[in-house]
Amino acid sequence: MCVTCGCSDDAESKVTNLATGEVNHHHHHHDDGNHTHTLPDGTVITHSHSHDHHQEASQIHAKMHGTTISLEQDILAKNNLLAAQNRGWFKGRNILALNLMSSPGAGKTTLLTRTINDLKSKLTISVIEGDQETTNDAKKIQETGCKVVQINTGTGCHLDASMIERGLQQLNPPLNSVVMIENVGNLVCPALFDLGEQAKVVILSVTEGEDKPIKYPHMFRASEVMILTKIDLLPYVQFDVQKCLEYARQVNPEIQIFQVSSTTGAGLETWYDWLSKKVSLPVMG
Amino acid sequence: MHELGITQNIVAIVTEHAQGKKVQRVALEIGKLSAIMPDAIRFCFDICAQGTVLESAKLEIREIPGLAECRQCGNKIALDKPFGVCECGSVQLNLITGEELKIKEIEIEEICV
Repeated sequence: MCVTCGCSDDAESKVTNLATGEVNHHHHHHDDGNHTHTLPDGTVITHSHSHDHHQEASQIHAKMHGTTISLEQDILAKNNLLAAQNRGWFKGRNILALNLMSSPGAGKTTLLTRTINDLKSKLTISVIEGDQETTNDAKKIQETGCKVVQINTGTGCHLDASMIERGLQQLNPPLNSVVMIENVGNLVCPALFDLGEQAKVVILSVTEGEDKPIKYPHMFRASEVMILTKIDLLPYVQFDVQKCLEYARQVNPEIQIFQVSSTTGAGLETWYDWLSKKVSLPVMG
Repeated sequence: MHELGITQNIVAIVTEHAQGKKVQRVALEIGKLSAIMPDAIRFCFDICAQGTVLESAKLEIREIPGLAECRQCGNKIALDKPFGVCECGSVQLNLITGEELKIKEIEIEEICV
């Protein structure tokens, strides 16, 4: 099971013994007669066969023929359509929406409360809080005096466009403002779901490993900005900042990186500058 | 597990297109760089398909290998993760294939009369 969010099991997992260099691939074998074919270009086709051949035979006897319908449909089309609608909703109101993502405990809420307080006189910020359970984070945000809506996903490990649509109806953010969407703490699933935001922002703390960007490449690839938080703790932790930046740029050469401490305020002006520039630009569709 | 939500989407989309007819086969294209695990989809499919027109349908999954083009030298590189380094040293890659997440086709039952 994925330690980040409980996503999936160890099917298709790979175990590498660093001492011996031995690599073990684990595949699930279901007793359902699955067949796998690998084509010359590397495409792998796996298909199951019906458990009940008698049933198949009887179907043939009943002169049943299958009609093939070509769909060519993107599985995430519905979410992407709703995300596009959200994007239009933001654009029409000149609202900058950001999707903040990180593993649990990286410091999203602390960074957010500090940002809201520091920029109070310049920007109106509203927040959509995503967590599996509790309204704890929303309460912390509320203390800053800004508008906040909490979305609890229950067993869900990410926010989706439909949740944001519902959240926005409750939030009712003002024109010409900023909406910060704090996603569920998880470095895997949120990267796949467009919410209609203008930019994804990934937050990584120095208390995590510097190799997170290459361990969770989808997240860092999807993000326009990476904020490295808790830099005030660098003297106390083994974290190679240069290596981390290298990894992040290897996965995403265009990623913008800010190094900050929400506690001391170090480096926050770089993040605030980016935010102010982003707000002053016309919102792109 | 995001694959559960994805599989629910698959069942919903196919159900809509099947228009009440029994579905015999569903063919998916899943890119190897898409962060979606075919085995997890397969696991969820049996559960999500229960009590729908997809129950007992065959699930066929085509895994599309990752391929990228280097922005610097135009070289094509096979990838097993969504980033990499070209022989010329560049990490500026455009992904060409491997991010697919598609229902390619479905086969529905038609009774000859």
